[in-house]
Amino acid sequence: MIDVDTFTPAIVYTIYIASTPEKVWQALTSAEFSRQYFFGFAVEAELTAGGSFIVRAPDGSLHIDGEVIACDPPRKLTVTWNVNWPGLVEALGPTLVTYEIEPAGESVRLTLIEAHDRPISDDILSGGRQGWPAILSSLKSLLETGHPLAVKMAPPLRMLAALQAMGITTP
Amino acid sequence: MSQPDFVYVTYIETTPDKLWHALTDGDFTERYWFGVRLRSDWKVGSSFEMVHGDGTVSDAGKIVEVDPPRRLAYTFVNLSDTYRNDLPALATFELEPHGKLVKLTLTHEGFAPGGKMLPAISRGWPAILSSLKSLLETGRPLEIPRAAIKLES
Repeated sequence: MIDVDTFTPAIVYTIYIASTPEKVWQALTSAEFSRQYFFGFAVEAELTAGGSFIVRAPDGSLHIDGEVIACDPPRKLTVTWNVNWPGLVEALGPTLVTYEIEPAGESVRLTLIEAHDRPISDDILSGGRQGWPAILSSLKSLLETGHPLAVKMAPPLRMLAALQAMGITTP
Repeated sequence: MSQPDFVYVTYIETTPDKLWHALTDGDFTERYWFGVRLRSDWKVGSSFEMVHGDGTVSDAGKIVEVDPPRRLAYTFVNLSDTYRNDLPALATFELEPHGKLVKLTLTHEGFAPGGKMLPAISRGWPAILSSLKSLLETGRPLEIPRAAIKLES
């Protein structure tokens, strides 16, 4: 088990959603929902500390190969968000992602925290800075309107170039 | 390339023209901005004010850039004693068409070191822009009590 106290937040993104904590939790942890707002990616989580946390790409391949570190439904979920590209975790260390879900009046405040155990360059972080707002904006739309956003994401070229420069093979 | 003090990105199912209106029309801002009407003639160099329901002005600054419906920039600082060590910081909105959506990027920078504005706006903007997105997409703003945002904690 990793020591979460050695991780420092690198990206924090907060969004308010007209929903309930239970529905936001379900949207974050189920493939049925995630496929809709997360570009067809499927979240498969064993919702207990030590359980597996997997995200599959639309073609079924393993994209995120992580572990549930802390699970307190419907308030807090911490997972290792390790992208399954050869050499990535060895080079960057594990990525820790925490979702915090709090009631805020009749709305819900969802806070995403991406944390690392070592300094990570802005080039590498640009991937998350580009991706998280699109994913979570679409999640909000899905819960509020019943349909996700048709976000057409360009590949995170700046991040991919930085990874390739470190010798990491990217798709 | 270093990051500005605060950056917030959201995607909204709307048009750049509607989003521009939502950012600059006082009647509209009052609905999603916790009762705040923005008051300005939106000309570069003109004054910019946040006006509350009782007529009081909480924050004030100047218009810096107006390029509808693409870029809008203004400075403001809160006028209360809590923020006496702060200076007007620059908020820039970029509106980019993104298929059937608009990508809205807000950068806010130039805060006085050690001031209290940066932590306050870091809590305020996600609530304001989430409510704006809800209003444009669903016709209803969010019901978030001001206390729940913990602006001054």
